[in-house]
Amino acid sequence: MLIRIPKRSDERESAVTDPEIYRQRRVFMQQCAAGMAGLAGGLLVGGQVQAGLIIGTPRSSPYSTDEELTPMHAATHYNNFYELGYKKEDPSRNAAALITEPWTVEVEGYCENPGTYAVEDLVPMDQLEERIYRLRCVEAWSMVIPWVGVPLATALKKLRPTSQARYVAFQTILDPENLPGQRRDVLDWPYVEGLRIDEAMHPLTLLTVGMYGQVLPNQNGAPIRIIVPWKYGFKSIKSIVRIRFVEGQPPTAWNQATPHEYGFYSNVNPEVNHPRWSQRRERRIGEFRKRQTLMFNGYAEEVAHLYSGMDLHKYF
Amino acid sequence: MHTPTAAGWVKPALFLLCLVPAIDLAHGAWTNTLGVNPLETLTRSTGTWTLRFLLLTLLITPLIRVMRTPALLRYRRMLGLFAFFYASIHLGTYLWFDKFFDWQEIWLDIQDRLFITAGVTAFLLLVPLALTSTRRAQRALGNAWNRLHRLIYVATTAGLLHYFWLVKADYLEPIIYASIFAALMLARIRKPSTVSVSRVS
Ligand code: HEM
Repeated sequence: MLIRIPKRSDERESAVTDPEIYRQRRVFMQQCAAGMAGLAGGLLVGGQVQAGLIIGTPRSSPYSTDEELTPMHAATHYNNFYELGYKKEDPSRNAAALITEPWTVEVEGYCENPGTYAVEDLVPMDQLEERIYRLRCVEAWSMVIPWVGVPLATALKKLRPTSQARYVAFQTILDPENLPGQRRDVLDWPYVEGLRIDEAMHPLTLLTVGMYGQVLPNQNGAPIRIIVPWKYGFKSIKSIVRIRFVEGQPPTAWNQATPHEYGFYSNVNPEVNHPRWSQRRERRIGEFRKRQTLMFNGYAEEVAHLYSGMDLHKYF
Repeated sequence: MHTPTAAGWVKPALFLLCLVPAIDLAHGAWTNTLGVNPLETLTRSTGTWTLRFLLLTLLITPLIRVMRTPALLRYRRMLGLFAFFYASIHLGTYLWFDKFFDWQEIWLDIQDRLFITAGVTAFLLLVPLALTSTRRAQRALGNAWNRLHRLIYVATTAGLLHYFWLVKADYLEPIIYASIFAALMLARIRKPSTVSVSRVS
């Protein structure tokens, strides 16, 4: 399994899937038919690619679930990424509108090492792990996705937050000229999210650069995003350009838009009613029957202690 | 244009045309081409078509007035019944695929979720209209029929509220539909100039 830093010149290559591992044979065949057979062969057989960097094999992780993976095509063609359009199929269609090169992340606030970082500076490519996580959207559907990244803690520790840093705020790229979704004030752009510092440092929280053994497709939040698997999907902010260590609870995009619907914490919680969707059940994409939604999306053992003593109906 | 001979084939043709969205969805379901979340596609698409058919039904009266073609009236019942047809499938997809006929959950949903309350209200308002759509009912009810069928205004309003309340952030489409509804309602207000002069108000 290979993962490479993408170059603009080989954008199309990153659409090629590893068919053996991910049972994406059909998609693969279609792509071969589309004339990409040569590139795929180069990746799989020779282990050599003309452009870009091979970063070795991501390690597997005890945090991974062994549930059946959602097909990659579903995970990359059913997205909530309003910057690229408001309908589920828009982000994959408009993916090219997100320009990921050059890309830097500004690090600010209460830390010893603020500054401008390249993705590789934050994500040590020799420490990449694969984490197969459940993803639960607030809209009551879910997927199982193999992400590639490093614990966010690994990156944050390098930045050396000071004791005043009680929260971490994240910001998505702001580029209304290119991003079609940002031309209307559907949300208060740029998209912002935040975590309490202990949530950010939790080993489950992943600073993510890939999925399904490949570089993140644009519609899934390239080139760098976080994944917080026990929270509703919108907390896992995409295409991050700014990380700020702050003292007070930072504003978050959906909470600002509709405060009584989306709380700061937004932990997956079947007991907390949402005005739009009952959160008791969820549809795993590809399944007919709905499943019971699990507390903290099934990660209660790992994260419940973060919220001990808190009224989760109040801090929803 | 609407000579009796024309009407002979126009009605069946219109009937088939109204069925196209349903056939399209059935075909998509059969060939599994309704996207990543096909059950959601079914619910959304039938909801949208319900609203469109309600608006098409409401379009007939102003069209008759503008085009001076009273013959159009004969298509109104069909359009209204198609609205009810799509509303029934829409409701059915919710009851089955969303709730799997868990009536307790459904009852909670109706109480907890405003958009469901509005949707159910809209549907319930359409039921008596569908039931009294026959010529016989029309004759039996006389003037009351007209008054009863004004419920379509309320049902459409409830359907639009349902739409506004279910949207997360992008209100563009409900705004477009609501504007069309507003225009159709405004068109019902006769301008004084078109009313014969002797009328009193
Ligand atoms: C006249 C009656 C109704 C009309 C005009 C109507 C219209 C609509 C429209 C326009 C949509 C949005 C489609 C889209 O997102 O593209 C929708 C979605 C929906 N409707 Fe209805 N509807 C009606 C009745 C109902 C009823 C009775 C129920 C259930 C009790 C219902 C449940 C839903 C659900 C669950 C959705 C999907 C919401 C989502 O995906 O988040 N509707 N409806």
